[in-house]
Amino acid sequence: PAFGLFIFTIARDPLRIIILIAGAFFWLVSLLLSSLIWFIAVKASDPQDERLQKGLLIFGVMFSVLLQEAFRFLYYKLLRKAIEGLVALSEDGCSPISIQQMAYVAGVGFGLMSGAFSMINLLADALGPGTVGIHGDSQLYFLTSAFMTMVLIFLHTFWGIIFFHGCEHRRWWEIAAVIIMHLTVSGLSFCNPLYVGSLVPSYLLMAAAAAWAYLLSGGSAQNLRRFLLCKC
Amino acid sequence: MITFMNNSDSEEEPCNERTSLMSAESPPVPSYQDGLQASEAGEAQAHRKRRAGSSRGPNNIAGGETSGSFVPVRECILENEEEELTLKYGAKHVIMLFVPVTLCMIVVVATIKSVRFYTEKNGQLIYTPFSEDTPSVGQRLLNSVLNTIVMISVIIVMTVFLVLLYKYRCYKFIHGWLILSSLMLLFLFTYIYLGEVLKTYNVAMDYPTLFIVIWNFGAVGMICIHWKGPLQLQQAYLIMISALMALVFIKYLPEWSAWVILGAISIYDLMAVLCPKGPLRMLVETAQERNEPIFPALIYSSAMMWTVGMAKPDTAARGSSQQTWDAAEDGREHLRSHSHAESQMSEMRSPVPTHPVTSLEELEEEERGVKLGLGDFIFYSVLVGKAAATASGDWNTTLACFVAILIGLCLTLLLLAVFKKALPALPISITFGLIFYFSTDNLVRPFMDTLASHQLYI
Repeated sequence: PAFGLFIFTIARDPLRIIILIAGAFFWLVSLLLSSLIWFIAVKASDPQDERLQKGLLIFGVMFSVLLQEAFRFLYYKLLRKAIEGLVALSEDGCSPISIQQMAYVAGVGFGLMSGAFSMINLLADALGPGTVGIHGDSQLYFLTSAFMTMVLIFLHTFWGIIFFHGCEHRRWWEIAAVIIMHLTVSGLSFCNPLYVGSLVPSYLLMAAAAAWAYLLSGGSAQNLRRFLLCKC
Repeated sequence: MITFMNNSDSEEEPCNERTSLMSAESPPVPSYQDGLQASEAGEAQAHRKRRAGSSRGPNNIAGGETSGSFVPVRECILENEEEELTLKYGAKHVIMLFVPVTLCMIVVVATIKSVRFYTEKNGQLIYTPFSEDTPSVGQRLLNSVLNTIVMISVIIVMTVFLVLLYKYRCYKFIHGWLILSSLMLLFLFTYIYLGEVLKTYNVAMDYPTLFIVIWNFGAVGMICIHWKGPLQLQQAYLIMISALMALVFIKYLPEWSAWVILGAISIYDLMAVLCPKGPLRMLVETAQERNEPIFPALIYSSAMMWTVGMAKPDTAARGSSQQTWDAAEDGREHLRSHSHAESQMSEMRSPVPTHPVTSLEELEEEERGVKLGLGDFIFYSVLVGKAAATASGDWNTTLACFVAILIGLCLTLLLLAVFKKALPALPISITFGLIFYFSTDNLVRPFMDTLASHQLYI
C-alpha cells in the first residue's frame, strides 16, 4: 500500500520525489546516529548479561524514537527554508508546493525508509528455503511483520502531517502527542510475540492518527461523504 | 592501446574520465553571455534566494526582438525570466538524472544478486597488479593503496593523453578510439553478460540465435550512440554500457582496493576539475574556446539537441521524447554549453538554436537538459554493487548507499545551480555513499538484526 501511495501521489511531481528522498535520508541519518549510540553502549557493557542487553536494547529503541522525531523537526526546518526559496523564485508569488503536501511527502519518506529497513531483509530471506517458527517462535512471524511494517509506514505518514501542522501553528501539544504516540507504538512492539498486544493497539492508534491528520488537512465528514458518493 | 589487458580495455580510460558535473558555459558570442549564465542555472530545491527581476511572460521579450541577426539578443529581463523557467524545470532535471542513475543501479544490483559470476574472484585487472590475498592486514592495506596508485596514475596518463590529442585536434584518432572501445563494450561484454545470465537461469540458447541477438544489439547500439537515434534508445544504451562496465569493475577489483579507488577517484575528480591546471578543466576550456560539441559516446544527456531546421522547440512539458541527438550535425550547432567528452562533466545546458534566425519565443520554451558523464554512472553503480555484493548479503546497506548517492547527486546539482560552472559529480555522492556503507554495515546492521530478532519496531 505504501508503494501504491508513492506511485499515485508522489511520482508525478519531481519536487515531491526529491522531498521524499531527502526525508528518507534524514530518517537514515537518525537511524545511523541512534545505532551508533546503541553500539557504543553495547560495546561498553557486558555481553553476557541478558537483562542488561535487553535493557540496553529498550534504551536504544527509545533513544532512536526520540532521535527520529528530532530529525523530523530538523527536516521541517529545512523545508521551511526551502519553501521560502521556492516562493521567492516562483513566478506568481506562491510556492509550487504547500507545506501540507511537504508534510505528507516527508511523512511518506520517513515511513518508506523505516518500512524498507524493517522488511527488506525479511523479504529476502522469505524467498529462500526454510520454515517459519521452527524453533518454537510464532508461525505468524512474516505476516505480523508485514502488518506491523505497514501500520508503521502509515503512522509515519500521519505523524508527519500532524507534526508539521503542530510546528506551523506552534501547537506544542500536537508535537508532544506525536512523540508520545511513537514511543507508545514502539513500546507496544515489545509485547511481541504476544501479537494481540502490539498489533491491535497499533492499528487503533493508526486509525486515530489518520482521522486526526485528515481533520487537520482540512477534511471533514462531509468531504468524505461527497467523495465516496461522487465516485459511485 | 594494444597493451591493455583484454578485459579492461581502452574503453576503461575514457570511461573513467567522465565523472563530473559541469554547468553550461557560455559560447564565444558575447551577447550570449548573460542569457547563458542565467539560463543554465536551475535547481530543484531552489535554495538560491536570488529574486528574479521581472516576471513578465515570454511575449514581451519576444516582441522586442526581431533579430534576423546571427545572434539573438537577450535582455536582462530575459535572463531573469530564463532563471525562473529553469528553476521551475530544475526539479525535473534532477529527476531526469535520478531515473537513469536508479535504473543503472537496479540493473547492477539485480545482476550481482542473481548471477554468481560477478562475485567470484577470477583474477585481477592489469591495472591492479597487487594481490590482496595476503594474510596480514597491513600488507593488504599496502597492496590496496599501491593498486590505487597504479590505477589513478593510469587514469591521469590517459586523461593527459586525451587532452593533448584534443588540443592538437587529432579528432580522427579520438573518434576511432571511442568507436573501438564502444564496439568492444557492446559486443564482447554483452556476450559475456548474456552468457552468464543464461547460465544462471539455465536457459539454453544456440549460437546462431546468440549471434543474431548480439549482432543486432551491438549494431543498433553503435548507431545510436555515435550517430543518430531516438533519445530514449540512446539513453537506454548508455545505461546498459555503464552497467556492464560497472559489473566488470566489481568483478575484477579486489575488495579493499575497490573502496580505496573509489575514494581516490573522487579526490582526483575534485582536483582535476577544479584546479586551474587540472587536465579536465583544460579540456573544458579548450572545448569552450572552440565552441565544439561533446563526444556523444561518453556523456549521458537527458534532453535533446535541436537538429538543424527545427522550427519549433519542444516545450518542457513534452519532455525529451522524440528528438534526436544529432551528433553528426554538431559542427553546425552552437552549443551553449561545452564539456569535453572525456572530461568528467555534466552540465545544465539549454539546447542551442541552430538556425540563426531563431526567434525568441522559441528560445523561451527551450527544453533544458542536464548532462552527466558516463563515468559517474559507472562509479555510482560500482559503489552500490559492491555494497550489494559484499555487505553480508544485507539489503539495508544497499538501500542506504542508494539513498546516499541520490542525495549526493541532488546536492551536486544544487551546487551546480549556485556556481554555474563545471563541477565534479563524484565527490559528494561517493563520500556520502562510502560513509553510509561503512556505517550501515558496521553500526546499523547489528542494531537492526537485534531488533528484528525480537521483532521490535522503532
